[in-house]
Amino acid sequence: MHMADALLSPAVGGAMWAGSLGTIIYCAKKLREKMDDKLIPLMGVLGAFIFAGQMINFTIPMTGSSGHIGGGMLLAILLGPYAAFLVIASVLIIQALFFADGGLLALGANIWNLGIYPAFIGYPLIYRFIVRQNASPQRITFAAILSVALGLQLGSLSVVLETKLSGITELPLSTFLVLMQPIHLAIGLIEGFATAGIVIYVRKLRPDIVDDLEGVKSLSSGASFKKVLVAMAVLAVITGGVFSWFASTHPDGLEWSIEKIYGKPEVTQRANPITENLSKFQEKTAILPDYSLPSKGEKDTKPSWPAVDPGTSLSGLIGGIMVLTLVVLFGIGIKVLRKHKEKM
Amino acid sequence: MTFDLEFFNLGYLDTLSNKDTLVHRIDPRIKIIVSFIFILFVVSFQKYQISSLMPFFLYPVFLLTAGDIPFKAIAKKVIVVSPFALFIGIFNPIFDTNVILTPFGIPVSGGWLSFFSIIIKFVLTVSTAILLIAVTSFPGICEALERMKVPKIFVIQLLFLYRYLFVLLDEALRMVRAREARSFGSRGKEIRTFIRLISVLLIRSVERAERIYRAMLSRGFRGEIRVLRRLHLRYFDIVFAAVSITMFYILRNYDAVDLIGATLNRLLR
Amino acid sequence: MSHHIVELKDVFYSYPDGTEALKGISFRVIHGESVGLVGTNGAGKTTLLLNLNGHLIPARGEISIGEVPLSKGTRQEIRRKVGFVFQRPDDQLFMPIVYEDVAFGPINLGLSMEKVDERVNNALEMVGCLHLKNRPPHRLSEGQKRSVAIATVMAMKPDILVMDEPGSNLDPKSRRQLINLLKGFKHTKIIASHDLDMILDVCERCIIIKDGKIVADGSSEELLLNETLLEENNLELPLSRQYLYVKRPF
Repeated sequence: MHMADALLSPAVGGAMWAGSLGTIIYCAKKLREKMDDKLIPLMGVLGAFIFAGQMINFTIPMTGSSGHIGGGMLLAILLGPYAAFLVIASVLIIQALFFADGGLLALGANIWNLGIYPAFIGYPLIYRFIVRQNASPQRITFAAILSVALGLQLGSLSVVLETKLSGITELPLSTFLVLMQPIHLAIGLIEGFATAGIVIYVRKLRPDIVDDLEGVKSLSSGASFKKVLVAMAVLAVITGGVFSWFASTHPDGLEWSIEKIYGKPEVTQRANPITENLSKFQEKTAILPDYSLPSKGEKDTKPSWPAVDPGTSLSGLIGGIMVLTLVVLFGIGIKVLRKHKEKM
Repeated sequence: MTFDLEFFNLGYLDTLSNKDTLVHRIDPRIKIIVSFIFILFVVSFQKYQISSLMPFFLYPVFLLTAGDIPFKAIAKKVIVVSPFALFIGIFNPIFDTNVILTPFGIPVSGGWLSFFSIIIKFVLTVSTAILLIAVTSFPGICEALERMKVPKIFVIQLLFLYRYLFVLLDEALRMVRAREARSFGSRGKEIRTFIRLISVLLIRSVERAERIYRAMLSRGFRGEIRVLRRLHLRYFDIVFAAVSITMFYILRNYDAVDLIGATLNRLLR
Repeated sequence: MSHHIVELKDVFYSYPDGTEALKGISFRVIHGESVGLVGTNGAGKTTLLLNLNGHLIPARGEISIGEVPLSKGTRQEIRRKVGFVFQRPDDQLFMPIVYEDVAFGPINLGLSMEKVDERVNNALEMVGCLHLKNRPPHRLSEGQKRSVAIATVMAMKPDILVMDEPGSNLDPKSRRQLINLLKGFKHTKIIASHDLDMILDVCERCIIIKDGKIVADGSSEELLLNETLLEENNLELPLSRQYLYVKRPF
């Protein structure tokens, strides 16, 4: 689910790069403040480990197809959010250069999509919230699955939004979401399960690797529950807003308005994109090909829908899944909060 | 792609990056900046533009030829990573059936035009990314990043990653081969075995990091690592950058293809 | 002269999980001596070496290197005197290219860039790897890595050289080159190895360790040709002597 340059516009690509670079600088600053020197070789080696680990496949039960682990959440658990973000960014840089995974412009978006959500949302807000010292394997599994799945949902949602905002694809938003979200939900469940398995197994052999809860791991000293609650509330509002947007009866109407705002100035700027395509044929044949130019008004292309209108039914389905996830999340958050309050 | 192939591919690109050609000698900072600007220009094209993208192939072709990089290797890599872009792109012809052109009486919808535009942009941007590493050593890129003010701790850890990448891939490869030898079909590849494998690899990696740390301490490490300064900007590098960027700008904003086509047309009449 | 003495007095060390690795080790190494440390796996060789370099601090007993007693505070100083060559060169070569790896130590010593350059070139010359200066470490052969790893330590001009299994994984020729190299070093040397032939070749003195205790300490010639002693400690005669030595009936 890596973004590709070809699907991005310069503006969206640039914006994502700004976000990722800013976060890298922020994480570097945070680490410089209170880092154990030991982390430097550890980060590099774990980055190499993730890379190597991604090469090892396993068969996914009941499908027979093979999958591999992403590793973002695992890194966050082992290194804490700041270091993990940097390592994730490094792994992606190597992938972008050596494997051309995506491209150099999309790299900014990929770092964001695959780094921010596990490191700064999934890990601190969910995993750490649920998993305390000496947590049971069940707890770890639950927390891992939830945080990884959420991280991937947000990540793939970002890919969808970035692609749509770039205006390159004709896919209607709802169809795009149907293609992306459920698959990534499944991937998230499996990867979460695998992550939990690894954490549990490693803990048996080397508990010091996964159970260090102080120091760099905490998001910041004194992360009060109020802060966490506020963050979760903000998150809920954002996700709620986004999902209600497409859950509305006219998702495509909204989508088109964005394209109109975005696309129009650029389109009128250029003389006439149509003739450029024509010159291609002109090179080859001296005779002007037979063509007809549509009138300017028709230039705003509207997709012709397939026979069955997937609009409402699809948005309803996706909206349902997302809202459900959100509700479950909230329920757990409140439950855990209450438990903690009782202890106090 | 299987593990083995990916592993050797990585090593192959790494070897290529250590060659000594005109392109290899260009300052990494320049190559990074020019490539990045190149990509920005390419993706800034409108969705139906195809022909005006063509001249942009000059840049990757230049890197390839002047850098003595085998075409097949790059082509293979581009094809391998195309699925996602193709997958998203193919929906364009499905959803956008507005006919825009009818060359020789064959109707071509906007959807197909934008699809091909995506493919071309894809090939241009992806090949440039691979070529960048093929003509620039990775430590060179890292030093360039550091000089361009990317936080040092990030760059250092990138260098460590690169250093131990092959070592860890080797370890993982051995484990995979050992697993191969004892699995039949998909038995042995279940998630449980996988978890064990990865966990062991993880622990070994952490232990290795601890040993490396000890080695660093033994040689007086106290928190600061110096990245040696070896990059020197030459006159040629700056000229290269100026020429390339100017060319990109001209090709983006003035339709050379159109011009050529129109001239040809006039000549033939 | 006395500033190069390595002295251990009744050293005890236990790992965090409780395993007692060293149970009262005492010995003294004087300037210029080369000592081989021999024993089965798990006997405590590596633990002992790690104590010598300050990576592990003894639970009981004293270690002093050149009159400086080892403690958390004096670790850094000790590391300037003791050059440690680890078992696996990959762990020791962590910089992007060979030059930077060898320069790492001198830079940390605070030397000027000219001095650093001098040290790097000399050290690489010493191990015969000057031509590998700009190579990335992952492109070196095992033997080359070994030599470069030694160079990284030599560039710091240590007084004492401590090596953990320097000859493992080497092909015969590289091994021979290593032996010749080591014989050429005039430093005090403490070398842990399974390669008894190498110890015989390089070290005049030999210490046999078993279960965290010293069971023998004497000249290599004496100890390593004493079949009974070796067998008692789960060792064997050096390979080169196994057929020449005529077994005497009891």
